[in-house]
Amino acid sequence: MSYPTRYITQGLAKVLIWVSALSTIGVMVLILLQVLVRGLPALHLQFFAGLPRNMGREGGILPTIVGTFALTAVAILFATPLGVGTAVFLREYTRESRISQLIRFGTDCLAGVPSIIFGLFGFVFFVIYLDMGWSILSGGLTLAAMILPTIISTAEEAIKGIPPSYREVSYSLGGTKWQTVVHTILPSALPGIFTGVILGVGRSIGETAAIILTAGSSLMMPTSLFSPIRTMSVHFYILAREGISMNMAYATGAALILLVLFVNTVANWLLNRYIRHQR
Amino acid sequence: MPQEDKIVIKDFNFYYQSFQALHHINLNIRSREIFAIFGPARSGKSTFLKSLNRLTDLIFGTEHTGTILLDGVDVYDPKMDLTHLRRRVGMVFDLPTPLPMSIFNNVAYGPKLSGLTQQTRLAETVEKALRSAVLWDEVKDRLHTSALRLSGGQQQRLCIARVLALEPEVLLLDDPCSGLDPVSTASIEETLRGLGKQYTILLVPHNIQQASRVADRASFFLNGELIEEGPVYQIFARPRDKRTEDYITGRFG
Repeated sequence: MSYPTRYITQGLAKVLIWVSALSTIGVMVLILLQVLVRGLPALHLQFFAGLPRNMGREGGILPTIVGTFALTAVAILFATPLGVGTAVFLREYTRESRISQLIRFGTDCLAGVPSIIFGLFGFVFFVIYLDMGWSILSGGLTLAAMILPTIISTAEEAIKGIPPSYREVSYSLGGTKWQTVVHTILPSALPGIFTGVILGVGRSIGETAAIILTAGSSLMMPTSLFSPIRTMSVHFYILAREGISMNMAYATGAALILLVLFVNTVANWLLNRYIRHQR
Repeated sequence: MPQEDKIVIKDFNFYYQSFQALHHINLNIRSREIFAIFGPARSGKSTFLKSLNRLTDLIFGTEHTGTILLDGVDVYDPKMDLTHLRRRVGMVFDLPTPLPMSIFNNVAYGPKLSGLTQQTRLAETVEKALRSAVLWDEVKDRLHTSALRLSGGQQQRLCIARVLALEPEVLLLDDPCSGLDPVSTASIEETLRGLGKQYTILLVPHNIQQASRVADRASFFLNGELIEEGPVYQIFARPRDKRTEDYITGRFG
């Protein structure tokens, strides 16, 4: 009696699982296709290397590419040492206690804060109070605060996954705590830390709301960390939102997708090389 | 030939939180002897070894009473430099624990941390250590490949070399042949017999036979107590305590 029922359930489950897997891929393919089909024809060298003209209706997007990279770099440079340091503190320098619970609670809260709130904070604190203006630095620091929780938790996971024997060996060979962290813990945790950084890069590249509030939307080529900039995402948003040029918006979107793919591919390649070197 | 005592343990008790792992241990370890510590699982052998170079400090909530003297100095003295102590009293664990780096860097790890940076000196130290651990000929052509690619027996000899590179005085070997095949075991025992002439070695043997093959003296631990100690030939042939005899003859454990 139960034989056919079980058979039907099995078949149904299979269908459901296939449907969920395929629809995930389907959504991704649809988005990519839409942006790439409309954007790719406009992509040529001048688009990447040229300056925008007429509010972005014509010309290229070079300043936004530079702006995107600069902003992301600042965010990563600030967030990575802070995040990894916090993770090392949580796993190596303190055991479960009030302090570590407080820090974890804090990072969880930080992770749950909507990005526009980060933008508001960055605007009030960096732009106005510290008088850094709309700038790469203000935007980068705001982004750093946004990606910090991700970097902390991935780094902490990575450190947690290191066999306890590595620590024991390092201490037994006369290593101090700091030497153990530098020579054994961090090298072993690097792939995991790297994953967190890449997630942070992705979030930095994709963010718009918080950036408009903290880094501005200037189309000029930045000259220093205190220059205001417009990132590619913001450019896309403004071109589309203000009806300046849908074609240029799609071209920027396509360029953004290609850029993210490129960054991820290079990152993966580097990571695999490192892991292969270690094994 | 009378030998001086390298390590003197006086009325040593050790606790993990409320669990007492070692009870009133009194023991003298002589200079340059191979001293075997055997007994069933969870009888306190590993705790005992790790308390000698204070690796037990890494565990939260441990306490001890009594003293352990290394060359007459209390290792639990608050002023004791732990990194120095652990360089003098090296440890090899029951499972091979190569670090995820090259063979060379594994052996050079300790010397580097203690400040040796000159490449030629470092290379000499690594070669000497690998030769002492009878591993040099097998790895000399691939020092810069990952240590994780070595076989289990080679990894364990690498761990021994890694400790020897620090030129310690005492070696703590916690069942270094566990999980190794008979050929690897034989080569490690061979290595140990050679090392016994230079170092004071405390060995948790894989089994009774290994203790009798390698050690000079032996002691029997049971439930955190030191039941008896003596020269190997005596303790295995004519144990004084009934419990030792039962264990040796395989009545339990």
